[in-house]
Order: sequence, then structure tokens, then C-alpha cells
Amino acid sequence: MKSGKHLESPLVVKGTSKSTLALILASFAFAGLALGAGIGSTGFESLFNAVDDPIALQIIMDIRLPRTLGAWLAGLLLGLSGALAQGLFRNPLADPYLLGSASGASLGVAAMLLLFGAGADVSSFVFKLGLSGAAFLGAILAVSLTLMLSRGVQHTMRLLLAGIIVSVVLGALTSLSTLLEPQIIQTMQSFLLGTTSFMNWSSVLLMGTVWSICLAFTWTLSRALDALSLGEATAISLGLNLAPVRAGLIGALALAIGAAVAQSGLIAFVGLAAPHLVRSLVKVTHDWLILLSSLMGGLLLLTADLLARWLSAPEELPVGLFTAVLGGIYLLKLMYTRNMNRESI
Amino acid sequence: MIALFISLLNRNLFLPILLLSYAYTGFASSYELVDDRGVSVSFASPPTRIVSTLPSLTEAVCAMGHCGSLVGVDTNSNYPSAVNSIKHIGGGLTPNIELIVSLKPDLVLMSKNERISQRLEQLGLKVFVLESVRHRDVLRTLEKLDAIFKTNDAQRVWLSVENEISKATNSVPESSKKIRIYFEVSTGPYAAGPNSFIGETLTRLGVDNIVPTNLGDFPKLNPEFVVKADPDLIVISDNNLVDLLKRPGWQEMTAIRENRVCTLTKEQSDTVVRPGTRMGEGARIIAQCITSKGVHH
Repeated sequence: MKSGKHLESPLVVKGTSKSTLALILASFAFAGLALGAGIGSTGFESLFNAVDDPIALQIIMDIRLPRTLGAWLAGLLLGLSGALAQGLFRNPLADPYLLGSASGASLGVAAMLLLFGAGADVSSFVFKLGLSGAAFLGAILAVSLTLMLSRGVQHTMRLLLAGIIVSVVLGALTSLSTLLEPQIIQTMQSFLLGTTSFMNWSSVLLMGTVWSICLAFTWTLSRALDALSLGEATAISLGLNLAPVRAGLIGALALAIGAAVAQSGLIAFVGLAAPHLVRSLVKVTHDWLILLSSLMGGLLLLTADLLARWLSAPEELPVGLFTAVLGGIYLLKLMYTRNMNRESI
Repeated sequence: MIALFISLLNRNLFLPILLLSYAYTGFASSYELVDDRGVSVSFASPPTRIVSTLPSLTEAVCAMGHCGSLVGVDTNSNYPSAVNSIKHIGGGLTPNIELIVSLKPDLVLMSKNERISQRLEQLGLKVFVLESVRHRDVLRTLEKLDAIFKTNDAQRVWLSVENEISKATNSVPESSKKIRIYFEVSTGPYAAGPNSFIGETLTRLGVDNIVPTNLGDFPKLNPEFVVKADPDLIVISDNNLVDLLKRPGWQEMTAIRENRVCTLTKEQSDTVVRPGTRMGEGARIIAQCITSKGVHH
């Protein structure tokens, strides 16, 4: 991991192409959202019937629209956290799940089901909010644990290593809980599948809020990421106080990935691939890289979700499986076609 | 209460009658039932458009004569053959939510899965959760269905299951009673414990289970445990068979050396591992296996 060489002259900005790309990504997403209202088990006929058939209207308003928007928003969050993670760890292979958020989310759900799943009043407020809330909390706690174990955010290697340890240990605890209480396996599985089919308007609202906050926050700190890409020593010599900046960015990363995982389960490769795709199209500094990666992630997940819904209709392929296969192929291609030395992959 | 209303309003001859008729539809015919989540579900009238997301529930609904009320079933529901023409709503874990909604069901029957039931209820559907692990759960499921449909078929259906199990028990030769069986539910290996419905069937058939009660209903076993227990007979589904001999020490097990392994076909396996109204047939399949292998203790 030679410091920052993957970003060839990171401070070069090519004038117009970045905003053009943003515009293209956004308009494609808009088209996707419109298409999303039409794709599903009953196809476009629901659109035509929506005027006088209340069920068709419900299918469009309460199922297709929120899940399509939800897929886009989850993708926005994943793309944002991917760019953030890669900048933060100065490693183009950094994945937003690296700090243990995914396994934390799983354990959160498992713990919730263990505590309240058997016998408790399932209609209670705690439980209704519970599963997504528990996943979110689990993700945040796992990241905090990683930070504690790595004794802060100063050492990238230590941070990554702690992240791996936390992932493995929490994963083991999750498996243990499912062995103790096999009844929770079903719910666990449908939580971790990586699917948009359970999203509702409150998921959309939540993810939208988190995304706006995280984007605004990271945009203001993007200068620090640019400095970081030149190496820690350089960043410090530029007068950057690394510790609080890192802590803030990791907080944003945890928030973004926690919200995405809690609402959509585990969706592989979107966070990893989105920044790569952006970098292969334009050369930008981190402020634009984060925005464009986010838009790219949104478009990727939205497209994958539409394909997953359309290809196997009326059955439904979990979109997580879809992104795993497609993303895997793309990254393999990237790995083989690029100059290994230059890219240090 | 109603009488009071009537006496207060008896100057108007028409209104009391109207009130009475409302009272009748309001109180007498709507009913509340508690499902296996502990959630109270209310019914205005017996459901006529049902979606089932579990094969055993599909079978139970059909066994009680309501196959015609099913408008959607999960992909694994394949019995009785009448359900094959019913719309598939996807797998039990990955149901197509909007397809379920588009079928306009007045009841969705499913096993415990909070994520799916929460979403369906948000969309205004009526969800009733039924979960079966033991024989008595199956009877309870049938009774709940009876209550839902306002019918009286549970005892009849259950009696035929019981009869079939008894018949299967009688078909097991005396010499094979008390043999020790290992029943593998799925690779893991997960076994059927004595308290699971499969374990209860084994007990009814008069054979022993190598799995002790305290390990739970479907415990994940250490393959070594099975070797040490040295069962007289192994029952396993044929798609689990692949790595059986690769498990350490298994080639040396008496049951495997002497070919006392019953492999269940997909169809047989579907019958045996579903906690529903075909448990009698499941018992017959296991009894046949015991008899055909001629195992003695």
C-alpha cells in the first residue's frame, strides 16, 4: 500500500466533465425511478389501472415507489461510504463493511430476536421499531468497538485489522445465537439477504435524512481527505489535525453504512465498485468523488434492483445476490486489465 | 345493553330492528383469534382468499377442505397436486410482497418471520402465524384453522393422521423395536431430536433416537457424536448423501458398512420433514425403511 499512488495526481481537476457526469447519473436515476413504478409482478398494467383500482394504486404508491427510492438511497449511502472508506484508509480496495458494521448489524438483529423474539409482546413499540433499529445500533456499536480495539484512528493498518477481528468475532456470536435459538434463523436470513422488498416510506425518509447529513458533513471535510491521499506525513505537515478529522469521517461512515445495512441487508460490492467506476470516468478531488460515487452507487443499486425484479418476475431474486455476482465480475475485470504496479491492487 | 337501547328507542319501530341487525353483524359474527406470535387477529367472516407461505400450512388448509380458498402459495408447496395450479408467490423467505398484495388475500398464513409479517401488516393485510414443532402443534394448528373457518374438521383430520401413525407402528416387526436410529434432517449435520415431530414419530414407531432430549429439537451435531453413538439405522434425504462417506470415521460405522442407510427421495423427504397433515404418511415411510432394512437390535 504505497501511500496514495492509486490516485494519480489527486489534485487535478478536469473542469466540466464532473458536473456532466453528475447530471447524467442523476437523470439515469430519475429514469430508473420512473421505470421502478412499472416493474414488478403485475407489470405496467398496475400503472394503467391505478386510477380506479385501489390495490393497483397501493402497489405503486406503497410498494414500488418506496422500494425503488429505497434502493436508490441505499445505493447512495453505499457509494458514499465506499468513497469515504477508500479515502480514509488510502486503499482502493477498502470496503465500507471493513470496520465490522455488517456483522454488527447482524448481531444486533440476532440479539433483538433472542431478547424479544420468544414470547414477548411482538406488537409493542420496541419491537416494531426494533429490527432495523437493532441493526443500526449493532452497526454503530461494532464500529465503535473496532475503534476502541485499534486504540483510535491514527493507524490505518491497526484499524483494518481490528475491523477484521470484530467482524469475525461478532459473526461467530451471531452464529452462536442462531444455534441457541433456531427459530430466529428465518427472520435473520430474510434480514441479511440483501433485498429491497421490505422497504417502506419510513425507510426512505430515514435513509434520505442520513444521506443528506453525511453528504454535507463529508463535503466540508473533503479537503482533509485530499491531503490524506498524499500520505499521513504530508497531511500533518500541511497543518492538518488528523485525529478529529478521522474520527468525524469514521462517524459519518458508520452512520451511512449502518443506515444502509439496517434497511436493505448486506449488499455486496456497490460501495467498493462505485468509486472505481467514477475514477475510471473522471479525475476529481474528494468533494466531487464522494458526490459522484454516491450517485454512481445509487444508480448501480437501482439498476440491479430493477433487473432483479424484472428478470425473475413474478418471483423475486434478492438484489444482494445480483450485485455480488455482477460486482464480482466487474472487480475481477478491473484487477486483470489494470497495470498492477501502478494501481497497487 | 341492546335491550336497553331498544327500550329507549321503542317509540320508533324501525330503528330498533335496524340496530338489532347491526348488533348482530357487529357482535355475533366477528371473532378474534390469537396466533402463535401472541397477536390477536380479528375476523369479520371466514376468509375466502388465502395466501400460504409454508408447504405444511398449504397441506393443512387443503386437508381441511379449503384448497379452493387458496389464491397463492409459496414455491415449495407442491401437495396436494391441486395447489400446483395456484399462483406462486415466491419462496417462503423471499416472497414477492407486491404479488401477494395484488392477489387481494383476506388472510396470509405464514410461519414466524417478523420481517415479512411486519411488512405485510403495514400494507394492510391480515397475517396469521402458525408454527409447528411437535405433534400437538399440528393438532393446535388444525384447531386454529377450524376456528378461523368456523368449521369442525380438526378432530377428523387429526384422527386420520393418528390412525396412519398407529398403522405404521403396527407394521414395524417386533424384532426391530428398540433399534437406535439417527435421523438427519439436513447437512450440518442437523438431527431430529426426540421432542421434534419427527422424533415423536420415531418414539411412536417404537424405535430409539441416538439424540438425547436435552440437545433440543433439531440440534446441530458433531459428526463424531454419530460415530460414537453407532446407530443401527440411518435415515437421510438423498440430497444430503453426497458427503456422507467423507465425514471422518463414518465409513467405519456399522450402519454404513452393513448398508443400513435409508435414503429418502425428494418426494418422501418432503412428506417426512413437514410438520403437517401428512405426518401419518411420513411415519409409514420411516416404518417401511425400518422393515425393508430388516434391522435387529
